[in-house]
Amino acid sequence: MDLSLSTRTVGDRTVVEVGGEIDVYTAPKLREQLVELVNDGSFHLVVDMEGVDFLDSTGLGVLVGGLKRVRAHEGSLRLVCNQERILKIFRITGLTKVFPIHTSVEEAVAATD
Amino acid sequence: MATVELRFSALPEHVRTARLVAAAVARRAGVDEAVLDEVRLAVGEACTRAVGLHQSSGITAPVKVLLIEEEKQFSIEVGDEAPRSAPGDKAPGSLGDDPDADTEEDEMGLAVISGLVDDVEVTAGEHGGSIRMTWPTTPPATPLS
Repeated sequence: MDLSLSTRTVGDRTVVEVGGEIDVYTAPKLREQLVELVNDGSFHLVVDMEGVDFLDSTGLGVLVGGLKRVRAHEGSLRLVCNQERILKIFRITGLTKVFPIHTSVEEAVAATD
Repeated sequence: MATVELRFSALPEHVRTARLVAAAVARRAGVDEAVLDEVRLAVGEACTRAVGLHQSSGITAPVKVLLIEEEKQFSIEVGDEAPRSAPGDKAPGSLGDDPDADTEEDEMGLAVISGLVDDVEVTAGEHGGSIRMTWPTTPPATPLS
């Protein structure tokens, strides 16, 4: 399985829907996508991880890199994830304190703090 | 004694194959279904690290994965051939364009492994390094005779 990416705009947010496996092979594609969005002026991102089957530290690194980029423009990067096996990786690396993680895209798009 | 041995060229696209093989052998060995996700993630992290070490050191030798089935336990050993001058040292040549990023990703991978696996042993020497991870297994149900 490969990585699938699609983006859509909801209000002032850009939702990036990710599907498949994010690992050392596919993570560069996600990085490119995030960099491109920020370069094009999208600074409030919602990354929907509900379709992600696998995530490793390379993927975490890309998400942290995305967060650094949007923060440089006073933007935000929110995650949508309900899958326990994916959430566990954020917990053991302490990244639950770094990323706002929401249970739905609607919730993430509406969040302001 | 290794049950299955896998060698692959140090390329990112092969790490997924290693994950799939490791999970399949682990399941067969009797590793609990609930733990298989952790096995998959941990072996992927170890292989990703080994691929990175080989690539940054310009080593053409393949990465080696040993899947070892033993009584009541299952071990995975991921070996690289990137030499370190002393245990824990970075491989020579790993100081690329962005040394910080390399180090951060390497450490994040190890952090994930140590967070996931209780029994893990990391060694490194002048001929390369290895990460050995062990999980308990439950014996398979008595086969019908």
